Amino acid sequence: MIQLKNVNKVYEDGFHALKNINLTFEEGKLNVLIGPSGCGKTTTMKLLNRLIDYTDGELTIDGKLISEINPIELRRQMGYVIQSIGLFPHMSIYDNVATVPKLLKWDKEKTRKKVDELLKMVDLDPDTYRDRFPHELSGGQQQRIGVIRALAAEPNIILMDEPFSALDPISREQLQDELVRLQKEINKTIIFVTHDMDEAIKIADQIILMRDGEVVQKGSPYELLTNPVNQFVEDFIGEDRLRQARGLPPMTAFVDEGYPSINVKYSMEEAITVMVEARKDQLPIVDCDNKYLGILSLYDAVKNREATIDSLVDESVIAYRETAEVEKFVASKETIAPIVHEDTTFIGVLDQDQLLNVLHEQVDQKSGVTS
Amino acid sequence: MEFITDLLQYMSNNSSMLISLTIEHIVMVIQAIGLALIVGIPLGILAAKVEKLAPVILSLVNILQLIPSLAMLAILLLYFGLGNETVVIGLFFYSLLPIVRNTYVGIKEVDPGVSEAGKGIGMTQLQLLLKVQFPLSIPFLMAGLRVAFVIAVAVATIAPYIGGGGLGREIVGGINAQNDIRLIAGAVPAALLALLADFILGIVEKRTKRRFRSVS
Repeated sequence: MIQLKNVNKVYEDGFHALKNINLTFEEGKLNVLIGPSGCGKTTTMKLLNRLIDYTDGELTIDGKLISEINPIELRRQMGYVIQSIGLFPHMSIYDNVATVPKLLKWDKEKTRKKVDELLKMVDLDPDTYRDRFPHELSGGQQQRIGVIRALAAEPNIILMDEPFSALDPISREQLQDELVRLQKEINKTIIFVTHDMDEAIKIADQIILMRDGEVVQKGSPYELLTNPVNQFVEDFIGEDRLRQARGLPPMTAFVDEGYPSINVKYSMEEAITVMVEARKDQLPIVDCDNKYLGILSLYDAVKNREATIDSLVDESVIAYRETAEVEKFVASKETIAPIVHEDTTFIGVLDQDQLLNVLHEQVDQKSGVTS
Repeated sequence: MEFITDLLQYMSNNSSMLISLTIEHIVMVIQAIGLALIVGIPLGILAAKVEKLAPVILSLVNILQLIPSLAMLAILLLYFGLGNETVVIGLFFYSLLPIVRNTYVGIKEVDPGVSEAGKGIGMTQLQLLLKVQFPLSIPFLMAGLRVAFVIAVAVATIAPYIGGGGLGREIVGGINAQNDIRLIAGAVPAALLALLADFILGIVEKRTKRRFRSVS
């Protein structure tokens, strides 16, 4: 477990890069640091392998103060993946992946086995790729090598600094999926820096949203989506994602106020005319105060032209309060959903076309582009 | 036409002498370049690593390069006396600039991402230099070496003025005796040597580029 307590970073020129950071990275969790550029997310990450040292506060790894750990030792026990990939261009794939085991002086057999195992883990055939050079690989393949280079010495902690943001969208999606799968397999503590909210939501156990050197909100993706603490978080997450997370919009978003209704005092013929003209087979019936009474169906009306409307109103078709959740209608078997105010005054009818459109969009977005 | 046949006649009659002069010439150049590599690479690395020293080191080797060759050799003559050693020291000074500067540039040009990755996965400064930065600067160094070689081969031809040997003997001798044939017999191999060095080191440079800088 990694803990930051009141950690500050002030640069020599007085720039206060990190302000009282309090964070816990639990073991085996995928933690995402996110925020606009200059928010301190990368700085926070680089504190962990001492590429940057903090000014004051306390940073411990498994209870041990980080300032007391030799930075070289520390880095060899931590994987490190960067945006520019940073493979050594003059070394073969094998030598690249084996860099840290070699620094740690593992014996050759063990190193070789480990490299092969890792190559297989990211679906690169060891016999094909072992002796190739980085420039012979595609960007996505190169970053796979970047990731397994970080895993080679079996570190417990892996730092990833926007590792996928320079890749094309398809490779990025694939690598994200692979990372999530790998994380389940290897169960490492991962600190992942990104500025891409979709990526964060997709992979994170914990999201830490930062701005101007401060943590604005931290929590699971679900918590951030359903309970953003302020406008900044909402803006950063984005309207679309929030709406999706909240589920369907309220009933009022779908009210079709143009749907006809008729006073119960009118004659049957008049009711039929209204329905035919509006091409509707169901008509909400209201009383003189515009309160909802029930539904008249065209079928009943045509069969009983002589009857009063009153006698044919189907009162079993219940109206929904405008504050009700749309899901209730979606779950019912009714074909029409009248909507009323609290005092049962008739407002209109749920627009089913519009509802279907919204549902359709959501289904579309959730399935997304899979490669 | 007659001149060429005379020249060929002279060259074949004196082939063993010309060959030994050529070898002497090459030996001087190689000694000087070897020395320049030994001194120049660390200087280049130092300049790249300690930013404050860079302007000092680079302008110093620049100034050395700017001194006219005859003047340089004359000055050295005062301190080191006549002989091949003095020539080698002069050639060494001339070779420093391309080697120091190209080592410096080569190390500076290493992709910062690659250096950051090396540092981030736990290489010490020395390991980073020896395993990553220096190997990646070799193509630049090779380009510098090529320039140094060509310059040294050319400058070495004035060695006889300070008692040195090499192909310059024939050239200077030819000038003094107003003997065109001797002059050309020394100049042609010297020119060929420079071209050959340029050609071979060009190939080597290309190879190292492919080997060490193969970044897409």
